Amino acid sequence: MRSRALRAGAEVIAVLASLLVFGVPFYFVILNSVKSVGEAADMNLAWPAAIHLVENYTEVLTTNSGLVVRAFVNSVLLTVFSIVGMVLVCSMAGFVMQRRSSRASGLVNFLVLAGLMIPPSIVPTIWVLRAIGLFKTLPGLVLVEVALGFPFAALLYRGFMVSVPREIDEAAVIDGCRGGTLFFRIAFPLLQPVTATVIVLSAVGIFNDFVNPLYFLPGAKNATVQLTLYNFMSQFVTKWNLLFTDVVLISIPPLVLFIFFNKRIIAGLTAGALKA
Amino acid sequence: MSTTTRSAYPWLFLAPAALVYGGLFLLPTLISLFFSMTRWTLTAWYFTGLDNFASFFTEPSLSIGFTNTVLYAAITCGLKVVLGLLLGVLLSSSMRARGFLRSMVFFPNLISTIAVGITFSSLMHPSRGVINQALAALGIPGPDWLGNVHLALVSVALVDVWKGVGVATVIYIAGIVSIPPQYYEALQMDGGNAAQKFRWVTLPLVRPAMNAVVILAFIGGLRTFDLVWAMTRGGPGFTTDLIASIIYKQYTGGFYGLATAGNVILFAVVSFLAVPLYRWLTRHEVDL
Repeated sequence: MRSRALRAGAEVIAVLASLLVFGVPFYFVILNSVKSVGEAADMNLAWPAAIHLVENYTEVLTTNSGLVVRAFVNSVLLTVFSIVGMVLVCSMAGFVMQRRSSRASGLVNFLVLAGLMIPPSIVPTIWVLRAIGLFKTLPGLVLVEVALGFPFAALLYRGFMVSVPREIDEAAVIDGCRGGTLFFRIAFPLLQPVTATVIVLSAVGIFNDFVNPLYFLPGAKNATVQLTLYNFMSQFVTKWNLLFTDVVLISIPPLVLFIFFNKRIIAGLTAGALKA
Repeated sequence: MSTTTRSAYPWLFLAPAALVYGGLFLLPTLISLFFSMTRWTLTAWYFTGLDNFASFFTEPSLSIGFTNTVLYAAITCGLKVVLGLLLGVLLSSSMRARGFLRSMVFFPNLISTIAVGITFSSLMHPSRGVINQALAALGIPGPDWLGNVHLALVSVALVDVWKGVGVATVIYIAGIVSIPPQYYEALQMDGGNAAQKFRWVTLPLVRPAMNAVVILAFIGGLRTFDLVWAMTRGGPGFTTDLIASIIYKQYTGGFYGLATAGNVILFAVVSFLAVPLYRWLTRHEVDL
């Protein structure tokens, strides 16, 4: 009996501690995003005299002639195209990497694994992008995101291919399926769980990416949501309420994804970590 | 059969990957070795040998990056490994609030680093910030978290842990739930208590998960740029400058050769620290 009371007490303490450590910052951001400029400058947890929800959002969305809206469009385009590219490139590569073995396989595996660890070289990448005329363009950034996301996703696909029986391929080959048909008609549909994981993980990762847009997509026209938030730090240096409004605005898409795909995200992260 | 099986998996399928990954990751990595030894304007270069590397070791504003980066990686990695384990054990037990707590611990991961940086810059404000107001209410004078040269790096590292401990926790949980219950039952038969279960079953058998956490957190810490940049931009002075933020500073200054040398150095630091660490860790793993 005593131990049950103790356990219940420990649970309550755990919940309170988590609310303090993780809940308070969350509450703080939401609360301050609806305050007036003056109240937000106090940076406290006091309840505002009036809720400035609509004004703050209108101001953020219309400032710099709708830069935030444009950034949202750019970020969504970047995320969608990068995911499509990543799923195609990585699933095809993972499929062949797992199914074929030759002397070259060892080298291929090494090069892919190396990509998990080696930090990308920034200026040489810019140099290559300039050479092919894609520096400061959205397609260029999409290609960079695909390239940098490739090792992780390709290894996830390769790992899952192991559990797809070879007999399925052989049956398809006997029925006349080769290369492209074999992959797109037979293998790719079977890889659907990995595809879902890659989509959700990259959606969050690329939408939240700051470093790559900063380097490879500079310029006001091309801003992504993370870049606009970063630029607002200097522009809205005294308007914390608008800064927090923007924080809330750009945190909504990933949080919505988390609510719907929470299990998928966590499963993908742990599978990737324990394999690599 | 073997030729038909092979033609079923054409090498051509690797072509898009080779083009994108080879062109935008492997090739830049390779040519960085050369351009790190030049003064470089992207259109013209002038070979300078090892001058760039020499500057990195001799100029205090650059060499401070080494100690800061290793310190930052050590603090974030150590705290994530320990706190993640405690949270993992707690959240894989049969408590009622488990689902809620797991989501609470994990959600900061979904928030962008810049947003987290802005939020904590405000929470850590020396006079008005919520943290120091709360400390003042308890009668403790709060420090200048991000303005104190001895503390700023640790403050940023703590925010990094706040954001990233959820990943460590879910990896630990995956490791803990895969431990066969027989081990715990055997210990229970012999009269073992909760502490003994943790010491003699959980701790040794969670090693693969722990190794994954150590490596991911350590490499992640060494490569950190965005959180530091959002919170302090390397300041006060250069006290929170990491190698990755120095690379950015040199890049915006137009010192492309120097920035590339920074990349090569970061690569070397990661390989010389993380690879031996990984080897050492996996040698001490036990099988289930």
